[in-house]
Amino acid sequence: MDDKYLDIVDKHSPKEDRLKNAIVSFIAGGMLGSLSELLLRGYMIWFNLPRKEAGVVVILTLIILASVLTAFGVFDVCVSKFKSALIIPITGFAHSMTAAALEYRKEGLVLGIGANIFKLAGTVILYGIVSVYIFGLIRMLVMGG
Amino acid sequence: METYVYAFLFCGFVCMISQVILDNTKLTPGHVTSLFVVIGAFLDLAGIYDKIVLYCGAGAIIPITSFGHLLIHGAMDVAAENGIMGLALGIFDLTSAGISVAVVCAFILALIFKPKH
Repeated sequence: MDDKYLDIVDKHSPKEDRLKNAIVSFIAGGMLGSLSELLLRGYMIWFNLPRKEAGVVVILTLIILASVLTAFGVFDVCVSKFKSALIIPITGFAHSMTAAALEYRKEGLVLGIGANIFKLAGTVILYGIVSVYIFGLIRMLVMGG
Repeated sequence: METYVYAFLFCGFVCMISQVILDNTKLTPGHVTSLFVVIGAFLDLAGIYDKIVLYCGAGAIIPITSFGHLLIHGAMDVAAENGIMGLALGIFDLTSAGISVAVVCAFILALIFKPKH
């Protein structure tokens, strides 16, 4: 009975073209990567920055761009077109913060924006920090750095 | 010139993997980004991610995996000088710019704009 039911659900749920999604996100993500490299080279030449600092400026550029696009409501349209090509780069992190801040603005500055700004981005920071402590301790105690 | 190609391949590959995970499992983008941060932190081991950044340039800097890499990289750099306290002191050394700018941007934009639905 359950199997039959699941079969029916499977038959009638809208089929997303998985192969097409994968190819689209590969190409769009790749383009974003190459464009960022171009931007990085540009920053190195224009502002005379060393490669490491130029990388930080590229990240900041993407964060500001993604936040502004989110505020104008363009980012969601782009995500539905380019799939995870915009979620996995740092743009997704900035988008989740701005989207949460905008959505909870009406609940107030402290209980709305303040309490909810990390609603979606918090998971990235949480698991980043916890895994760094675990991996870092293992590396220091077992492998000596 | 090869850097552009490698940047395309690496960034595209990471995005494609996450899209395949999203399409074929019940995991949400939150799960996938968390997973990729942990993977990035793990890949800092033995300088693997540093080599990827060397070859792929910005293609390896912008995916969320680099966030985990930068977290542990800053922590281990300070830990090399200050011992075990360095983990706590240096963890945000390299990512503070990204996080603080994202917070300020989100706050200011939330004050100016109304949510679109």
